[in-house]
Amino acid sequence: MATTAVTDTPAPATHEARTGLWSWITTTDHKRIGILYGATAVFFFLVGGFEALLIRLQLARPDNSLVSAETFNQLFTMHGTTMVFLAIMPLSAAFFNFIIPLQIGARDVAFPRLNAFSYWLFLLGGLFMNFSFVAGPLFGIDSLSVAPDGGWFGYANLTSRQYSPGPNIDFWVIGLQILGVASLAAGFNFITTIINMRAPGMKMMRMPVFTWMAFVTQFIIVTAFPVITVALVFLTFDRLFGTTFYNVSAGGDVVLWQHLFWLFGHPEVYILILPSMGIVSDVLPVFSRKPLFGYAVVVYSGLLIGVMGWGVWAHHMFASGLGPVADSVFGATTMLIAIPTGVKIFNWIATMWGGQIRFATPMLFSIGFIAMFVIGGLSGVMHASPPADLQQTDTYFVVAHFHYVLVGGSIMGLFAGIYYWFPKVFGRIMHEGLGKTHFWLMFIGVNLAHFPMHFSGLLGMPRRIYTYPDDLGVTRFNEISTAGTFIIAIAMIVFVLNVIRTLRKGEPAGKNPWNSPKLEWAVSSPPPVYNFSVIPEVRSRLPLWTPNGVSEIPDEPPEPIHVPGGSFWPVLTAVGIIVLATAGLAKSILLAVAAGLIVAVCIFAWAFEPFEM
Amino acid sequence: MVIRHQPWKRAARALRFLVPVALMLGAAACSGDSFPQSTLHPTADSGRAIDALFTQIFWWAVVVFVVVEAALVVTIVRFRARPDRPEPRHVHGNTVAEIAWTMAPAAILIFIAVPTIQTIFEIDGGAPDDALQVEVIGHQWWWEFQYADLGISTANELHVPQGRPIELVMRSADVIHSFWIPKLHGKRDVMPGRVTRLVFTPDSVGTFAGQCAEFCGESHANMRMRVVVDASTDFDAWVAQQGATVPLDSSDAQQVAGRDLFFRTCIACHQMDGVGGVLGPTLWHVAARTTIASGILPNDSASLARWIGNPKGEKPGAKMPQFPLSDDDIAALVAYLQSRR
Repeated sequence: MATTAVTDTPAPATHEARTGLWSWITTTDHKRIGILYGATAVFFFLVGGFEALLIRLQLARPDNSLVSAETFNQLFTMHGTTMVFLAIMPLSAAFFNFIIPLQIGARDVAFPRLNAFSYWLFLLGGLFMNFSFVAGPLFGIDSLSVAPDGGWFGYANLTSRQYSPGPNIDFWVIGLQILGVASLAAGFNFITTIINMRAPGMKMMRMPVFTWMAFVTQFIIVTAFPVITVALVFLTFDRLFGTTFYNVSAGGDVVLWQHLFWLFGHPEVYILILPSMGIVSDVLPVFSRKPLFGYAVVVYSGLLIGVMGWGVWAHHMFASGLGPVADSVFGATTMLIAIPTGVKIFNWIATMWGGQIRFATPMLFSIGFIAMFVIGGLSGVMHASPPADLQQTDTYFVVAHFHYVLVGGSIMGLFAGIYYWFPKVFGRIMHEGLGKTHFWLMFIGVNLAHFPMHFSGLLGMPRRIYTYPDDLGVTRFNEISTAGTFIIAIAMIVFVLNVIRTLRKGEPAGKNPWNSPKLEWAVSSPPPVYNFSVIPEVRSRLPLWTPNGVSEIPDEPPEPIHVPGGSFWPVLTAVGIIVLATAGLAKSILLAVAAGLIVAVCIFAWAFEPFEM
Repeated sequence: MVIRHQPWKRAARALRFLVPVALMLGAAACSGDSFPQSTLHPTADSGRAIDALFTQIFWWAVVVFVVVEAALVVTIVRFRARPDRPEPRHVHGNTVAEIAWTMAPAAILIFIAVPTIQTIFEIDGGAPDDALQVEVIGHQWWWEFQYADLGISTANELHVPQGRPIELVMRSADVIHSFWIPKLHGKRDVMPGRVTRLVFTPDSVGTFAGQCAEFCGESHANMRMRVVVDASTDFDAWVAQQGATVPLDSSDAQQVAGRDLFFRTCIACHQMDGVGGVLGPTLWHVAARTTIASGILPNDSASLARWIGNPKGEKPGAKMPQFPLSDDDIAALVAYLQSRR
């Protein structure tokens, strides 16, 4: 930290100084990293969506042979893994990056280079895992694709070397470990940022609910990911070094994996949904022209959901025969989560009650979130009951449930966020007509695709089957689901067109196009590189709706502001870790040692780099 | 005011369209025969207990759904922005309302939790002494059933007597599977290194379909099975048949050739007449079964020939090797197997 540099480096007044590919690769600006996260997440969302289309095409007809059993198993494994780890989580991370520093009145995150490292590691980890789709020939295997095929939940002992001899599961277990490191680094970064970098007057209970829910999410990330890390280390060691953690014949236990995976996996659900709940809590008041109803209760219920999410994991394992006492306890704790969740929903409706509701696109997506999340919540209560779950688990009923939560909930909320903050990020408002078309196609498509799955599940269609006979009686429901999926695909085309059109000739947004009350709308759109010309003093929870709610923020900085320069050490460190992962795949000690050296040198250079803040 | 009523008219028109659709779906769900794996048409005590519980929870969910979605729709219709409306009052909360909508879901959950816990102990309470015990062993991708007390074993089609408690004692020979006959009971995982149990008393005679419900590898979708619930006397007859040796019609040259071929090759993995390997399902009395290849093909000559000729073509990843057999060899094997009643 060369503090002397602060005064003699002038603030880059314009963006001209920061153009070109290299400036993006080495950037440590939270706004640019946010944009990179967002673009990458949308890309992977389209990849995962394409996988979903193939899955639905295969299931559109009974006894279909569009794809082979092997390919189908790869598709649903990668669809789940991609949507959870490469689409929803990083899309949330895009908002954490871009929005949180602006909402709390900071100039950047606490550790800008660590932030860049998180992004590059996430990108390379995602590409690493997807590279498996074309890596077959490298392993001397006939088929082109050796993509992971053990399900996103990767149950032991199907994932052992004995039952999955190919490199497929190696790609999955190593790729997931990499993504975990990226998430952990980001988690600590945002916790530190939110605790330490708030502007004067931005007390915890003045923070926007989005930042609050992001804060809770980061705590879940830094506590849940170590659990999956352990589970994955065991599996990696079993596969690469012949340990026997999950090997029954050598005294291992297959249920150990289930406990570890779901001890991570259930909190993970809240990692996916809480950011969207935060977005909706920020959007609803703006378009109702009323403050959030019961701010404190919404915040506390989010905290409570985050904590209670730790006590319910075994509801994923009722069919494994835990015994009546454990079933009763985990059934009851699971039902309890419905209470804080219900409270949030009632508070959102009460926020709109008595308001002046404008049906702008972000609002439509937020209302759609509530309408569909309720359905996912109610089917969730159904299989919180262990006996009912014995019939519903591993069927399409559960597929319907979590798609209502994750598509009807998380994705709708994230789209609300995209339409809401797009003007802040790019300075242009997205086209309302296309936005509304996107929403209605999405709303119809999501319901058409997923509601019939309740029926096909209750009528006995299991999950993860590449084929089913016509006399199962669920053909019609599957046809409707497939049609719905294609409507979602059309909605995504409309969305992409809208983004392209807006970036080219969208209407300029101005500082605060929605008349929002939060701090990020007090600066220009897009915000200057230093965010705030002076660090503001916040005097209200709704600074822009309250007279004198925030100190004046001049358009031009009254004195030079130093902004951190770029660094290529984060991206090089990430590359080193990918080389290490490749060494695991290639089972090459030599390469592993080389990769370890790269990582060590990069971290050393990073630590001693004269990086001014 | 006229404007304000229009949305309700639209809603009414939508209802006129939606109600027939709902009725159609309801009618479809009401005939269990067209849905062989329906969870909503139970034919055993455990299945019925689960279905009754689910029905209760379902109606609570319907009530909550209607209340919440109606509140949402009424709110967005009633408070949509209109130019003549004044700026909304800035309400920050209401303690009474918030306590009310915390308590209401809590109360409903009590009505769900109490019967839930009752049902857990009802269906998970262990087997009575007179239960018929069957050992279930899951394999990639077929089911083995052993009746230790009766000294017989079979595969993929489990026979049980009507009205008698059945206790399945289950384990896996390889990866995790899940035993699921929706009309009889919920699922229970079948695991390596652990024993799990499932207890039910079937109350109706018939054949009930099911399949593996835990993803278990390439042909998970093809790991199907049937439970045949026989009237008590029919079950006894079936047991007697399973224990008996089937005589070979030595005048039929094809059957004899098939027998010789079987005992030279297939016997390495399959049981016949009380001898043979254990890697594949027993084929003693295979002709008495209605399906082959764990429930994916009908048990007829054409399907058997296709299966023997190319197992992986019918069931991807099948562990059964493809032997270099001539058409005559296959026909002989088929003739032999078809005589094994």
